Amino acid sequence: MIRFYLKGLFRDRSRSLMPVIVVAIGVTLVVLLHCYVTGVLGDMVVFNARFSTGHVKVMSRAYHENISQLPNDLALIGTGDLLAHLRNDYPEMEWVERIQFGGLVDAPDENGETRSQGPGGGMAVDLLSEKSRETQRLNLERSLTAGRLPETPFEMILSEQFSEKLEVVPGDKVTLISSTMYGAMSITNFTVCGTIRFGSPVLDKGGMIADISGIRQALDMEDATGEILGYFPSGDYDDEKASSIADSFNAAYSNPDDEFSPVMLSLREQNSMTMYLDLMDYFKSLIIGIFVIAMSIVLWNSGLLGGLRRYGEIGLRMAIGEEKNHIYRGLITESVFIGLAGSLVGTLFGLFFSSLLGRGIDISSMAQNSTMMMQGVLKARITPDAYYIGFIPGLIATVLGTSLAGIGLYKRKTAQLFKELQA
Amino acid sequence: MKNGSIINISDLVKRFPVGGGEFTALNGINLSFEKGEFSGIVGPSGSGKTTLLNILGSLDTPTEGNTEVLGTTSAEMTPKLAASLRKKHIGFIFQTYNLMPVYTVYENVEFPLLLLKIPASDRKKAVLDALEWVGLSDMVRSKPPQLSGGESQRVAIARAMVKTPALVLADEPTANLDAANSHHILRTMEKLNKELKTTFIFATHDDKVVRYLTRIIRLEDGKVVSDEHIQS
Repeated sequence: MIRFYLKGLFRDRSRSLMPVIVVAIGVTLVVLLHCYVTGVLGDMVVFNARFSTGHVKVMSRAYHENISQLPNDLALIGTGDLLAHLRNDYPEMEWVERIQFGGLVDAPDENGETRSQGPGGGMAVDLLSEKSRETQRLNLERSLTAGRLPETPFEMILSEQFSEKLEVVPGDKVTLISSTMYGAMSITNFTVCGTIRFGSPVLDKGGMIADISGIRQALDMEDATGEILGYFPSGDYDDEKASSIADSFNAAYSNPDDEFSPVMLSLREQNSMTMYLDLMDYFKSLIIGIFVIAMSIVLWNSGLLGGLRRYGEIGLRMAIGEEKNHIYRGLITESVFIGLAGSLVGTLFGLFFSSLLGRGIDISSMAQNSTMMMQGVLKARITPDAYYIGFIPGLIATVLGTSLAGIGLYKRKTAQLFKELQA
Repeated sequence: MKNGSIINISDLVKRFPVGGGEFTALNGINLSFEKGEFSGIVGPSGSGKTTLLNILGSLDTPTEGNTEVLGTTSAEMTPKLAASLRKKHIGFIFQTYNLMPVYTVYENVEFPLLLLKIPASDRKKAVLDALEWVGLSDMVRSKPPQLSGGESQRVAIARAMVKTPALVLADEPTANLDAANSHHILRTMEKLNKELKTTFIFATHDDKVVRYLTRIIRLEDGKVVSDEHIQS
């Protein structure tokens, strides 16, 4: 009987082509929108992860509780051992140390007197190790507006706006006046080696980046760090895996009674990222929900029209002795084939268009130069679920539409068959 | 059931609601049909021929009275039982052929056997035999739009006969055919009736058909006005 249905579908294009096209268009849109939403919102997640949260982040419990103050006096200590444990227990992750710091930046004149000064906040990252990928991760080279990246521990890059405020240019000396992790005053000279655009108003106002070894010395944080960030090598955030790693780490190393014991948080648990991640899921569900409803209505109507066109055939089949249930099941079987074919075609088109959008829509001309926070290109991203995400709604919409259209079959009186067939 | 009868009808009344009242299409019909009859229900339009054929084909149920078709009474007839009866034992031939245009001649004839879940090899033999009976063995791959009216009706006959039913109901089978094709069709059905002992019941007002019948039941205003057996 399956062959009978398939022959009918292949030979009668009005029975199959129109519904297949409708499903294919819908599935194409679902796949494309899914990839685009994943790409654009995913980029926000990616940039957050690169800049602030990591895919997972390890801090001391006390640091975590006061994280808005970035309290280096509550930083992790003995990080050499902790890093060794992390690299041993979770070798699939890349672990990096970062120190968030703040202080007064003073720009002296030729006599060493204060020429200008202002408060600033910065991030110390590993810029000098050979294996470090922090430069690429933070998109530093492309975000430079002048000068170069630090090449020694006591060089730093300032935000372009901050450097203009301090009236310093690459090559000038500045003094960072801050406090050590033990609360003592710290005064350290740095050379400004470059300027950068962060792409965030707060950071552009007073942001700076330096190598972690220089800041460690400046803030007396030997074998200590504010945060240890973990990254999946692919660069893509895997919420389930990150949560699992965080749970296992906390079970092994974290002690709720010791405020200096380390605690690991997944990206979802930081910086209100739950909202972003839920928003992504919400958008995807919304797209799929709208698609299923809209396509079901279209296919319902298409099924009704098809049913009218096949009135004679269905009447004949009932007259020959086919039961209504059997005919209904046959229509559903046909719709499964239509749904599969439409979903397959739609998925291929969706992936094709997504791959074209994967190169990205360049909005950097609108945003002038690219920045650390936003790279100026809105990209679609093809994730593994894009290969099947259109199939299920495609199939559901087709079967649902046909199911609704097919109900009319049961309202038809068999006794009218002869009259209809003779008409 | 009377001896040798495959259909018994007693005091059959069929009424249809029309507007606020009722229209009586059949009024007190008493008939029986023997196995192997080649009978016709003859009468003008509106006399109740098609209504009677519908009830005999288990497509409709009586308002009053009883029918017994191939051992199943109207009282016990459920939609499922009716569909099963049509599927296994009753063949239909329509005025407008009603072939499925996207399927070949072979596939149209094969369809009733698919419903009966006959094995493929048996299906093939039965279909080819049926097409041979109607003289269309060379058109198995043709599709209905490529056929003439006469050929289409022969395919419809093959489809009705392929499961070798006990009863074939034909509603105005020659109404859309010219004289030559009508005679060809009728001779084919007459031959099948004689060779396979299949009971044929026609609803017709075509004189060409009447000439072939061995029994003519005349209906007028829902009543049998004559029931004549013709000596061949």
